Amino acid sequence: MADIAFLLLTFFLMTTTVASDKGLMIQLPPPPEALPPETDIEIPERNLFKIQVNSFDKLLVEGEPWTASYRELTDDIKAFILNNGVDPKSSDNPQEAIVSFKTDRGTTHKAFIDVLDAIQASYHEIYAERAGVTVERWREIASDPNADQLTRQQYDKGRGVLPNGLPEIPMALSIAEPTKVGG
Amino acid sequence: MSRFKKKANTKQDIPTSSMPDVVFMLLFFFMVTTKMRETNINVEQHMPQATQLRTLAKKSLISYLYIGAPKKTDQFGTEPKIQANDVFIEPKGVIQWVNSEKAKLDEVDRDAITISLKVDVDSKRGLIADVETELRRANARKLLYSANQKIDR
Repeated sequence: MADIAFLLLTFFLMTTTVASDKGLMIQLPPPPEALPPETDIEIPERNLFKIQVNSFDKLLVEGEPWTASYRELTDDIKAFILNNGVDPKSSDNPQEAIVSFKTDRGTTHKAFIDVLDAIQASYHEIYAERAGVTVERWREIASDPNADQLTRQQYDKGRGVLPNGLPEIPMALSIAEPTKVGG
Repeated sequence: MSRFKKKANTKQDIPTSSMPDVVFMLLFFFMVTTKMRETNINVEQHMPQATQLRTLAKKSLISYLYIGAPKKTDQFGTEPKIQANDVFIEPKGVIQWVNSEKAKLDEVDRDAITISLKVDVDSKRGLIADVETELRRANARKLLYSANQKIDR
């Protein structure tokens, strides 16, 4: 009996994998062809938080080389989003604030994920604090906002709902087409 | 003297009568928690680490694209390639692949398709951005960059 069970166990160990469907979720913009041509909307400099990564995986944040940790980058983005016009160099309000993230074609995926993680961390921490839940719980809520009524309420509380139905603090992350400077 | 000659009245062998039960329990555990491997992955797969991981509630909506340097470097070179269902495809072939993946889903779910990009850490953004542009054209705009939980040190 044990022999047969061991044989089956070995078979399943060899042929199956542990499902790992975890990752960073983003929504891509509509296709380049579908966008209206020549819509150069002027976004004031103060409402943009620019992060650039070159082909050596070095960061340029708001025009300055970045040497601090990703944790500090998260804190900087949070301060930028929640500025509400206090600092004249930072954003007007959370609805206008856009985090712009540009890489090079030679940037590695690791650097891309590290920066994307830092950006998403700042938004998730803001949402979680507003909803009064932990960041882990917030990510579960955001993964399935319509799971039940309480989840939906917490989701709306975290993001905030304006009278026109749009979120008060939208996750405005713009991932630009990579540059072709260095390979 | 007899005290020292006395032999301990213990058995040395481990009882094995419950072994099948234990093994069956392990077997059922693995049968439930794992899933069948459907594709042979032919590219290097070292997942990046991140903290802000999310999962999708409906697993059936996920389709996988594997990107990384080929494992057989003498045959396919060292440049990262895109693998979809056991074959290597070019960025141009992504639209066709998405359409065939969408055809497998129910009609109501087709626009909710999520592409899980399993990208090797050393792959370059250039190739991934090309894939993203094609995914936008194919109207599969929900993306999941596969990553593992970061362990704080």
